[in-house]
Order: sequence, then C-alpha cells, then structure tokens
Amino acid sequence: MDKEKSKLILSTSPHIKSDESVSKIMLSVIITLLPAAAFSVFLFGSYVLLLYAVSVATCLLSEYLVVRLRKRPYTLNDYSAVLTGVLLVMVLPPRFPVYGVILGGVVSIVIGKQIFGGLGYNIFNPALVGRAFLAATYPVFISSYIAPNISLPMLTGAEAVDALSTATPLALMKFDGISTPLGSLFFGTIGGSIGATSAFFLILGSIYLFVKKYIKWRTPASIFITVFVLSQILHFINPDRFPSGLFQLFAGGLMIGGLYMATDMVTSPLTKKGCIIFGAGIGALVVLIRNFGGLPEGVMYAILFMNAWVPLINRGTRPRIFGTGAQHE
Amino acid sequence: MNIFTFRGGVHPPEEKELCKDALIREAEVPETLIVPLVQHIGAPCEPAVTQGDSVKAGQVVGKARGFVSVPVHAPVSGKVKRIEKVIHPLGQKVLSVIIQNEGENDTAYMEPMGSDIESLDPKNILGRVLDGGIVGLGGATFPAHVKLSPPKEKPIDTLIINGCECEPYLAADYRLMLERTEDLILGARMIGKVLGVEKIIFAVETNKQDAATLIGDALNGNRECVLTRTKYPQGAEKMLIKAVLDREVPSGGLPMDVGVVVSNVGTAVAVCEAVRDGKPLIERVVSVTGKGVKTPANFMAKIGTPIHALIEQAGGTDGQTGKVIMGGPMMGIAQSSMDVPVIKGMSGLVVLPLQPYMMQEYGPCIKCSFCVQACPTSLLPSTLSIIAEAQKWKLAEKYGVNDCIECGSCAYVCPSKRPIVQLVKTAKQKLREIKAREKK
Repeated sequence: MDKEKSKLILSTSPHIKSDESVSKIMLSVIITLLPAAAFSVFLFGSYVLLLYAVSVATCLLSEYLVVRLRKRPYTLNDYSAVLTGVLLVMVLPPRFPVYGVILGGVVSIVIGKQIFGGLGYNIFNPALVGRAFLAATYPVFISSYIAPNISLPMLTGAEAVDALSTATPLALMKFDGISTPLGSLFFGTIGGSIGATSAFFLILGSIYLFVKKYIKWRTPASIFITVFVLSQILHFINPDRFPSGLFQLFAGGLMIGGLYMATDMVTSPLTKKGCIIFGAGIGALVVLIRNFGGLPEGVMYAILFMNAWVPLINRGTRPRIFGTGAQHE
Repeated sequence: MNIFTFRGGVHPPEEKELCKDALIREAEVPETLIVPLVQHIGAPCEPAVTQGDSVKAGQVVGKARGFVSVPVHAPVSGKVKRIEKVIHPLGQKVLSVIIQNEGENDTAYMEPMGSDIESLDPKNILGRVLDGGIVGLGGATFPAHVKLSPPKEKPIDTLIINGCECEPYLAADYRLMLERTEDLILGARMIGKVLGVEKIIFAVETNKQDAATLIGDALNGNRECVLTRTKYPQGAEKMLIKAVLDREVPSGGLPMDVGVVVSNVGTAVAVCEAVRDGKPLIERVVSVTGKGVKTPANFMAKIGTPIHALIEQAGGTDGQTGKVIMGGPMMGIAQSSMDVPVIKGMSGLVVLPLQPYMMQEYGPCIKCSFCVQACPTSLLPSTLSIIAEAQKWKLAEKYGVNDCIECGSCAYVCPSKRPIVQLVKTAKQKLREIKAREKK
C-alpha cells in the first residue's frame, strides 16, 4: 500500500478525457482531402504529386526550424504543418514552379502561423497567407492555368487535350462571357487550381468531417447559401452579365475554401452565431469580388479578410450565460 | 413518455455495468475508524468526547457549531483512541475522532418517530434532519436542514428528488432506488412535508429505466417520476431544474430562488432512517468501482472506514493504479492516500488504472469550440482558459467565470487536453482573494 501511495496521480477533475486529439483531427482532415488530391494527380499529372511532396516537406521543415529556434516543444506530430502543405498546393495552379511552392510553404508556416505563436494563435489561415504571398510575388504563374490532360466526354463533350494552357471557368465567364457546363464544374474536369476543381470529391471527403463535427457546419452552410442567393438575385437582374447561383457555387475555389479553409478551427469563430456571420461575410465578399472586382476569383481574399474579424465576431456573439438576462458586460 | 434534458453536456462512456448489478452489501467494520469533524460545507464540529471515552453507535462525537453545521456521530460502539489531525479526502489534515471498534455493537440511536406522515410535525422532522447529521449525499455535503429552511420570501413549490446519477461508473443511487424504493419515497414525502410542498418529482436518467419504473409503480400515480436523458451533467441541480421545470436558477443564486429544492436519492433515504428509525447518518452506500479494482461492488460502509479496507473488499487493485477518486470521474477528487476514511459525501471510489493521458502535457487551444458546444451554462470555456492562463482575473469575471459549475464537460472534450477546470478554479480563487483585499 505504501508503495502505491507515492504513485497515485493527483490532478483536478475531470479524470477521464475523450479520445479526441489535435493530431486526430488534423489527420482526419488530411485523409478526407485525399480523394480530391488523388483526382488532382489524375487530372494534372505526376508533376503535381511532386508539388505536394515538396510543399509538405517544406512546411514540416519550416515548422521544425522555427520551433527549434523558439525553443518550444515539438509540434510536428500534430499534422497541422502537413495539412497546411497539402492545402497550399491544392489552391495553386497545376504548373506552378517548385521554387515558388517552397517559398509559399515557408511563408505559410513562418509568417502565416509561427510568428503569431504557432498552432492555435494564428489569425489568418496559413495556407492562404502563403498563397496570397505567391499571388503578389508571381502574378503570372498564379494566373496561368492548364486544361486537365484527360477528357470525360460523357461529362464535358470536349476533346482530349494535353497540358494546354487554358483559362478557368471563372475567367472565361468574366472576361469572355463563356459559360462552362455545370456537370464539368461539379466533377472538376476543368482548368483551375490543383485540388480545387472537383466539388464532387471535396464534398465527398468533407462528409466525414461534418459527421465527426470537425467542421462547424454553420460556416460552410452560411457561405454557400449567401453566395447562391446573392448570385441568383444578380443573375435574375442581368442573366447575361452575372452567372447563376449554381455556377458560382461550383466554380473556382469556393468549395475548397468553404469546406476546408474557412472552416479551419483556429481561424473561424467559436460561436454558432459567429459562424453564420463569418460565413455570410465570406459569401458576400466572394460575390462582390467575382462580379464587380477586377479579379475573376475572390475566395482567398474573402476568407483572409473575414479571418481578421474573428476575434471581434467572437466578442460580439458571446452566448447568453445560463441564469443571466443577457450576456455579461 | 416525455424525456427531459438541457442544452450542452457530454456523453462519456457510462461504465455503469461494472457495478450496477451488484447488490448493496454490508462492508466489514474495521477495527479502527477515523471520523473527521469536517464532513459538511460550513463550520467544523466541536469534539463532544475526549480520549478514552466509551461511545455507542449513533452517539454524537462532534457537536454542530452555528446554523450551517451538523453533528457527527460515532459509527460504531467502542473507545475514543485519540482526537487528532488526520489526512482527509479533501486533501488537508482535519481534526478527527479515532474510534477503536470493540465489536459490541451497542447503539444509542434517537427516538424513532414512526412513518405516519400525517401525524408528523414538520418542525420535528426538520429537527431530526439536523440531529441526524444529514447532509446532501450527492457529494456536495451541504447541511440538509439549511436547505430545508428557506426564508419566507422564497416560497418553495416543488421538490425534485435527484436520481440522475449522471457521473460515469457510480451506481450507489441506482442501487438505493432499486433496493430501498419504499424508504426513498417515504423520505421524499418527509422532506416534502418539511417544505410544505405537494409537488414531488423523482427524476431518473433513461439508463436507469428499471429504477424509474419501480419508483413509478410504487408511487401509484400519487407523485411523478420523470425520465431525463442520459447526458452528463444531467444531475447538476441547475441543469436538472431547467430540464424538468424549464426554470433557470439565476446567476449566483440557489434553486430556492426559483421555488425548488433538489435532494439526492441518498439524502432522502437517510432522512427516512433518521425520522422513522432514529438512526443518524453513520453509514452510506459507496460504489467501489473502476477498471482498477478486481470485483467492483456497492458497499454499505460505516463512516470512518479507511478506503483501503473497502478497496480490499472489492478484490483489491488490479494492475498499476493511476488514480483513486472520491466521487465520480468527472467531478470527483483524486486521493493522495489510501488511508483516508469514508465520509458522508463519498458516493463512490473510482479506481482507474494508470493511463498515458493522465500524465500527458496539454497543448494550445485550437478554437475547435467543442467546449463551447459542451458547456451547459453557455460559457466560452476556451476563451476563459486562455484568459486565466494570461492571469487576467477581472476579465475572467466578465466572461462569467463565477457561473461555471465545474462540471468538467469542457475539459473532457478538449482535444488539446487543456486543464480548463483547473484554470477556472484558479481564476475563481484569485477573484475571491481580490474581493477580500478590496473589502479591507
């Protein structure tokens, strides 16, 4: 008994913990991205596989070096750097140069995350910070897209093409007024960012995250509803100039942004009401930029812009505390 | 049938099957019993005996001091060996009466008052509740007679008998509901008589449906037995009142502020025994369970029995013990020693084998908001934990830290394993210190 006495662990309740962990959540997100990632390799060739590998390795190495410099406990095994690496590539054009990806990875981790204090403290989505940096640094590369090197005639009716430079459906719409069939948009047999083209595979993967509640469902729901409704209103006013709600939903980066980037736990609101406001803000900005801005696509800037408001949204949407008339303060 | 519930909460594995079917059995009475003079919230007792005195079971050994205090009784007959400070389940050393059990089993109970509710005087019942040393047996150990003496301006219209037992592992209340149904109902009616309320609601979680049915049948339509959803912390007073009556106890207030008194199942049985049989609170049901004991069991144990004696009677520990918890694993208190005695508030002893998570370091908050969804009082536990880490105590107060009921749902779901409850407790303590300093 004496021997045991000294070994009893003393700590505050609760004495049991759920089996959720940060690494489990991050790994789940990565695994659910795999269908879309695999499809992107199928669409754009093995070069993008190289980009994935380079990006993940860069992110891990950057994380390792910064953590060493800051003399902090290792955070590599939480998979968050891997996730950032994968997401960064998914939102880049298929023939983006390798050195660009390395630069983007470093910026994502160092400036996007570690400068704020590491995982949990960053204000902006790290992968999007990296992409925004690359968009400013390599304006030509970031807007050079190729057509997928396959063709599924039953979906698109198009002929097979090989690494032909092309414009994304959003750019085609904006600058040339050419619409892309919804089927190709939905399945992603179109030009676009590496992992962002296929709404189908992204939605498929995210179902698991919704079930596990790793995604606060109100955020994507609010984004998609806002985009659809606003686009549909504009489309109703002037169908020649403004594409339909469904087109806007499945074109460009809205699916990957809405399902995987706006829902990043660290950079989205804590409260239910907050998620709805956050999502509506993103949706409205996307519609605004796409239809009235100079760029064909606006998901990245919309999310980054709304990220900045999250602390304020959290403060403003604190729930009513049990037994009180209104929220405190 | 309507199933009542509240917002938030969590579903930890119930683990009740370990001991829920074990009949309550008399624990062996040890040779030496340690009876602490602090077993309730409020003023500690004053010793009523001296070293060398002979005592009988049921004799007062600690006198109540002040209104918020109850007497402590000798659990067995024997001799007072010593009166000294001994380690207590709450952690500190507490003045305790050490009694040598002489095996004679002489009793000195109070006068039985019978079980005829109609002829009982509420004042006499209340006096008996005090003299019987009865406290809230759910774990809070608040003196029962205080709870049953609400001020006139707070009229009570409903008594809820809490049979939720929402803590995982524990089955003490469940066994009482099954094995002592009649005593439970009688005790509840006695409490009702003191309060002058007709409306008595028995609340039982859906995972104890058989107990609810048994009580429902015994009530024979005279009183209500309702089912509440199996969800932690359903048994927390505020959540239970919200679920069953849809009333919200105001921030900083008590159930009496919304016309309700909540009593635990064990308390009602103890009241019944004190009134009907004149037996003071000298023993209670303790579930000795958890994956760290060989044969989990439910004991009727004398107050003062060292916990190692109970654990040995449950087959002893199995493998390397990580934690021994007084109460349930969600809100219970980890014990530093196996020598501490059973006290009035000990609803269970949960022995957990050593697990890696017990020593795991915690990480930063990733704002997953699992805790925000789980918090039954709608706080932002994640934000509170960050504020407390930054030692901004006043800000913590603004974020409602004092409204936290410390149920631990937040820390249970936290993927970063953050010690949210500990941080909250620290913040509350610091705020009390600040208040005390400001008063000066």
